[in-house]
Parts: sequence; C-alpha cells; structure tokens
Amino acid sequence: MTAPAKSNAFPLPSEIGDVPGTEGWQNMYPYFTRFRPEDDKVFWFYNAMHFPEPMPAFDVVTAEIPYQGLGAFTTRVFSFPTTLGVDHRIVNGRIYITAYPVTDPAEIGRRLGLFQERAGFYYQNWDRLYAEWKERMLALIKEVEDIRVPPLPEFDDIEVVTSGRGIGQNHYVREAYHRCIEAFSKMWHYHFEFLMLGYGAYLVFFQFCKKAFPEITDQTVARMVAGIDVFMFRPDEELKKLARLAVELGIDGKFGDDVDPADTMLALGQMGDAGRKWLDQMEKSRHPWFLMSTGDGFYHHHRSWNDDLSVPFSAIARYIGMLKKGQSIERPTEKLKVERKHIISEYRGLLSTDEERGAFDQMLGLCHLVFPFVEDHKFYCEHWFTTIWFNKLREFGALLARWGVIADAEDFFHLHHTEADLTLQEVSLAWATGSVPAGRGHWKPILKERKRIWEKLKEWSPPPALGPIPDDIADPALQMLWGITSETLAEWARTPDAASEHELHGFAASPGVVEGVARVLKSANDIGLMKDGEILVCPVTNPSWGPVFGKIRATVSDIGGTMSHAAIVAREYGMPAVVGTGTATKRIKTGQRLRVDGDNGVVTILD
Amino acid sequence: MTGQSSGVVLHFRDIGINDRPTVGGKGASLGELTQAGIRVPPGYVVSTRAFERFLAGIDPQGSIRHAIEGLAADDLLAISRVTQGIRERIAAASMPTDLRDAIMAGYAALCADEGDFPLAIRSSATSEDGSEASFAGLQDTYLWIRGGDGVLHAVRDCWASLYSSESVSYRLRLKLPEEGLAMGVVVQRMVNSRCSGVMFTRSPLTGDRSIIAMEGSWGLGSAIVSGEVTPDKYVVNKVTGDIMKRTVSHKTVMHVPDLAAGGVREEPVPAERRDVACLSDEEIVELARVGKTIEGHYRCPQDIEWAFAPDGSGRESLYLLQSRPETIWANKDANPAATPKARAFDHVFTVLGRRGKT
Repeated sequence: MTAPAKSNAFPLPSEIGDVPGTEGWQNMYPYFTRFRPEDDKVFWFYNAMHFPEPMPAFDVVTAEIPYQGLGAFTTRVFSFPTTLGVDHRIVNGRIYITAYPVTDPAEIGRRLGLFQERAGFYYQNWDRLYAEWKERMLALIKEVEDIRVPPLPEFDDIEVVTSGRGIGQNHYVREAYHRCIEAFSKMWHYHFEFLMLGYGAYLVFFQFCKKAFPEITDQTVARMVAGIDVFMFRPDEELKKLARLAVELGIDGKFGDDVDPADTMLALGQMGDAGRKWLDQMEKSRHPWFLMSTGDGFYHHHRSWNDDLSVPFSAIARYIGMLKKGQSIERPTEKLKVERKHIISEYRGLLSTDEERGAFDQMLGLCHLVFPFVEDHKFYCEHWFTTIWFNKLREFGALLARWGVIADAEDFFHLHHTEADLTLQEVSLAWATGSVPAGRGHWKPILKERKRIWEKLKEWSPPPALGPIPDDIADPALQMLWGITSETLAEWARTPDAASEHELHGFAASPGVVEGVARVLKSANDIGLMKDGEILVCPVTNPSWGPVFGKIRATVSDIGGTMSHAAIVAREYGMPAVVGTGTATKRIKTGQRLRVDGDNGVVTILD
Repeated sequence: MTGQSSGVVLHFRDIGINDRPTVGGKGASLGELTQAGIRVPPGYVVSTRAFERFLAGIDPQGSIRHAIEGLAADDLLAISRVTQGIRERIAAASMPTDLRDAIMAGYAALCADEGDFPLAIRSSATSEDGSEASFAGLQDTYLWIRGGDGVLHAVRDCWASLYSSESVSYRLRLKLPEEGLAMGVVVQRMVNSRCSGVMFTRSPLTGDRSIIAMEGSWGLGSAIVSGEVTPDKYVVNKVTGDIMKRTVSHKTVMHVPDLAAGGVREEPVPAERRDVACLSDEEIVELARVGKTIEGHYRCPQDIEWAFAPDGSGRESLYLLQSRPETIWANKDANPAATPKARAFDHVFTVLGRRGKT
C-alpha cells in the first residue's frame, strides 16, 4: 500500500534498530526479507495473527510459501481487480506484511474483466470444485505421510542391487526433502485457491449488513454466516465421545489429571474387551481429529495432540468428571441452529423492501455456499497437513543429528530451509565419499547462537505497524483476515494515555462484561492449570482449547478476529471475549484481577 | 355507571387506540398499551363526553364558542380578557352530580386497586387530524395530586386550560374550529421512579432498526428531558437481545417529587450512586423486550418514556409512561442497501471491482 505520508504515528522501517544483544539476527533469514530503503514509503503491519512470536530460521517458510500461494491467486490466477499480492519483510524476527494495490482505474477495469470470467467460474462450480479439492488435499496429505527419509546406513539395501534400481539412497535424501517442500507449496496454493473468493463473499455480506444496519457488530454478522456443523468443533466432540465411552465401559477410573497417557493406554490394553474397545475408538478418533496443532500451524514447536496426548487426555478426564457429576457435556447444536435461523429471519424482517430482502438472500446464500471451505480448510491445511509435515521434517533433523551435524533433531528448525537443503546435500555427499561432513564443525556454534538470539528476540514488543498510514484500505483480504480497516489503524496509532497503561484494546468478539482473576496460559498443554471461574488469557485459541471453555468466565487472546475460534466458541458459551489484543499474554500476569468488556473490546487490569 | 354518566369515566383497560376521539391521544395511547399487556401506571380517563356535558351545563347557548369565534388571532389583549372570563366561569360553576360521582367512583376504584397514591391529572387533547402532539404543552398537567377533591379540582383546571390565552390564540392562528372542541383528562397513578429515562427502538444516531437505544438516570424522567443530567446510555441489539454498549455517566443531580409544591425539585445524587449504572443487565434486557413488544404492536419504531418504580404493593416494576412513533428517521428516505442481481456472485464483482468503501 503506497500512500502519501499522512502522519508519523508509526515508525519507519529504517528507524527500527536491532534488539540489543541480537546483532546479526539478519543472518537467520533470506536476503529478500530485509527492509529496503524504498520500503519506508510503504505501509506495513505486524502480522501478529499468524506470527505472534519471533521466527525460527526454518519457520519463515510458513510466510514465504503461503505468500507465494496467496499472491499467485490474487495477482495472476483470478486477477483480483484492486489488489495484487501480499509481501512480507522480517525485522527483529517479526513478520511485517503489506498488500500491493492496483489504483489505476483503467488497470482495475482490465483486471475486473478477467476476474469476472475466472472467479465467476469458481463461484458457479463451487461445490464440484470443492469436492475435488478435498480429494486433492487428502492425496497430498497421503503423499507427505508416504515420503520415506533414507536412513543412510553403512551399506545400501540389497534391493538396490537385486531390483536393478540403479540409484543409491543418498539421492532420495534430496528427492524426499524436495518433495516435502514442494508438497508444502502445493498445500498453500490449494489453501488460497478458494480462500480469497470465500472472503470476497463474506465481505459483500458484511458490507451490506453494515449499510442496512449501520451499528451491527461484526460478531452478529458472523453469527449469521458461521456454520455449526464444522470441523472446528469435531476434535472436541471426539474427546467427549471418548469420555462418554470410558464411563459407559466403566473404565473411567483410569483417567485423571496426573495420569501419564502412555501408562493409561498400556493399562487399558491389558484390561480385556472394555479397554480394547476404548482403544479402538481412540485410534479412530485420533486419525485425523487429534492432528490439531496446539498453535495455528505456523511454528514447528506447535505440536499436535497426537504428539502430546496429555492435552486430549486431561480434557477427557475433565469431561469424565463432568459426566460423573451429572453435568451435560453436549454441545447444543439444535439450539444453535434455531438461534441462527432466528437471527437471520429477524434481520431479514427488519429490512425495508422486498428488493433489499432479495439482495440479502443472494448474499447470505453465497456465504453459505462458501463457508464449508472457509471454515474447514484450516483443519485440512494448517492442522492436519502441517502437523504431519513438520513431523516428517523432524526425520531429516534426526538424520542430521545422527550424522553429528546438529546437536539435536529439533535444532533442524534453526536452519533456513535452503540451508537445511544444502546441509542434507553435504551429508549425502559425505555418505557417498565416506568422509566426515564439514557441517559438523560448522553448524553447532551457529545454531547455538541463533537459539540465543531467538530467545532474546522474544523480549521485543513490535510496533503494530510501520510506515505512513494509507488513505484507504481497500484490500478485502486485509479487512476480512486481519480486521485491518482505517478504524483499526486509528486505534493502533492512538497516543497512549494514562488509562491505557491498565487497558488493552482488541476486538469485541463476544458480548458481556465480567470481572475475575486472570490465568495466563501460553500453550494449550497447560490447560490443566485452569481453575473454575478464572479468565483465560492466551496467545490464540483453536479447537485444542475447547475443553477449557466450560470452566472459565471470559477469554482474552493476543490474536484473532471476530471469525476466530475464540470468538465463535465464546459466543456459543455466552461468555465475554476480547480477541486480537496483541499483547495480553505479555502485559497480564496470572492472579491479576481483570475486567473483560466484550461489548467494547476493552480489557482493564484492575490491580 | 349508568344513565347519563355512562362512558364518562373509562378505565385504561377498556380503552383502545380507536377511542382517540372520546379520550384524547394520551388516554388512547395509555389504554392501547394496557390492552397490549404493557404495564403503564394505572388510571382512567374522564372522557370528552364529561367535558361536553359540563360545558353544556354552564353554557347551553354556546356563548363561549361564539365569544372565541369573534376574536382576531392577533388581538392578544382581547384574547387575554375574554379567556380570563371564560376560565372564571368554569372555576365558579358547580360540577353536575352524576359527573362528580363518576369521577369519584373512578378514583375510589383506583385507590382500591393501588392504594392511596398521589395522582397525575393530565390533559388529553383530541383533534381531527390526529396531530394532538402539536397541542403538547398548551394544556395543563397537575402532578402529585391527592384525594378525591384534589382530583375533581384538577380535572376542572385541565378543562379550563383549554381556554388559556396560549391555547386559544394557537387555535385561532391555525383556524381550528371551536365547534366540537373537546378534551379528555387522564387520571393516573404517579410513580416515584428510582430511575427513569427514554428509549428509542431504532438508533437515534444512524436510524439502524436493529438497535434499541436507552438513556436513563436516577429519579424522575424530567431531569433527562430537561437536559439537567448526562444520562447513562445503553445500546441493545433488538434481534439477539445482547447489550452492545454501556456508557455509565457521572450523574450529579436527580429530580424527586415535591409533594408540597405539586411538582418536582432537584436534588444532588448521593456521591456513592453518581457513577453507578442506573440499570442492571436484567433491567436493560426487560426494557428492550418491552420496547420490542410495543414496536411490534404499533408496527413502527417508537420513542418511549419509561421508569422503574414501586408498584401499589411496593414491589419495583417497569412502567411505560408514554410511547409515540419515532419521527426523525421515519421521514428520511433511505436508499436500498442493495438490490438483487442476475447471479448472487455478481455482488462480489460490484464490491471487489473498485477501490474504497461502497
């Protein structure tokens, strides 16, 4: 977004210095992610929603590749009329992004012609194309699961000889790694194939509602659009199913907060029919429903429930406890459906004319056409695919660790993906030559230093935006995905006053005002610490956090908009929520008293 | 009530909006709300028939009407002189016994239901074109009246107020006929509001019909209407019932009944209540529900006055004091937010096909 400088409310990229003690952080990231002098003329904002932490060197692939996919579809495939792609830069480990606008009316008109033909084709054939999309995604997930990382033993397999394969297994290190990166790229292309068109449909309906009902909140519009039988709730439903089954089979005594899941599984396996029946259901449930990232799928350390069963097991234990006390754990889906129908028909009834009602029906119908994709793609892409994918990369990490190039398999993620490629090539070469890889002497001190820098970068509070504020933000992607509008920018740019020391502002995601004691949880793994009646303060929520919603008074998150998981779930539970505060987990301490105002999006620290 | 006095006194529950010609606008509205199941401070109307019978008793030849018809609209001195004489005639005349009995019977019935509470006696004007709102303020209202004699006196004063110089010169200016001039009088329990205010069933700021906006403050509603206090503000979503906004103001003064003077007086709000919300969430929700019911009843957005006050048994209840159609936004022509297109997704091309907000 290039724009004449209107205000100096945000620093320029060139004004951002290194965090002391992290000098040389630039070496962790590709040259093209650094701010350039001409970037000072452009407006950038910190993508806190997807990248709330500093980036480990490898994980920047979760920016570079998604933005290749996003831009391909907006700029080149569908030819969005007013916007090209989203670009990114990294400073002090944080990802800042901008969208390049199309401003020349003639050019917009030319692009609109193409857009009508191309986007029109997708809207017209949406259901068929989405059905095919699911097939393609599942095939891609299978492809990643099937990638075999060669172990590089002393001697190659005899089949290389007996089958006349003619290729040594070090070749497949290269091929397997490249296939991983390529599959990730394909996944992100699939991800954006429908997404921006889906958001376009949402945006049309949001704008209509705002015009017809100028004071309608985003959350109310979201309630008319949001689906009820969506994947987002499925993992939590599986936990409830397993809890019910445990009670039914009389094996609920095996579950508790301090029980090791591995021990429980072992014990159940030796319990005969009842235990086996439960374990069978567990196997069915966990593939794929436990392939939930405990984050949002953008960092390697956001593992899935399957990687750490203590998350689902403590939730199952809690549900068992509720069942034992005779409490209901059912999600009132029928009631929610009735409510949604009621809201839609009431708003429709408040419109002035049949013409308006006709347009309303068309626009809402289009939203309901696109929502299965918009809601469910995240589970396929960011959770299911990505948690499997990161685990596949761990196998390459293990290979490098075995070769002594890195100290620990997890250190792999402090190499950039091209450095990892190069290092894997060198190990393949060393395996072939029968020599010792130079990487052994090379990487360990560098990675040690990178980890130190990475930890240090966590202390930095990134400005929400950089550069001159543009006159208008016309990009639908930014509006829908990140909730960035001219109003948001004005809020960010507000001069901090005395009150703001004790106040955090975010999106009013679910109405109501409550006071209570804060519990700051950085990860879903810690949900066992949550006590009844506390206020949950967390970086971001996804279905991993589902089990905790039954016992808390309110939710505050760093990241998220009105269509985010925290917002949708909080509305279903009828508790206040303020999301997208940016800094709640940093500024709030466990034990502090808070007032959460879900009507106005304000969190006040009362102590 | 039989014979000549039949239809002279009508309880709210027996009145509908179509009775406007015989009970006046205010009386008809209170009756309509009561019939719709909305709680208004209970009361009855002394109908136009009572006024007509009273007038016929003291002026069978129509000399009062003729005297006014002979006045020029701009001759304020003459208006003042003539109307004073008329008012004196009304004050001196005796009330026909059957009228007196009917009004007292209405009063006794109200006391039996509600206890001996102070009453408000309000003029409830009628007019052919239904624009009685334009009469507002021209006829009198008497507050905190006690006892049957007080009621009789106030009813007569209301009638007399039809002949105030302001009322008469207004009618002359607008060339409104004296023939058929009539007035109902509302006799209604006063409520001693803990808090009170106004409510619009559409946004006063944007005209948004999915919004209910409320303003409220401690004590009687006159403090808000006269602008002497910055009220709390609440915004409720009409569809979901969610409270969207609460703005608690610093409320320094309140109006309380002044029984001795028959009016209200200003009092400082006790320090500990100044920054406290005057409505609880439950009360906001109840108020919104009632607002929605009234709007549904009249099929158009309403401008409503309300109060939370003790009822006859001392239990606090929500009372609707007045409801009238919202007029500001109703008179604005709004463009449709959108009209249907050939294909649903054509809307996307309209919105994404150009820069800036649509």
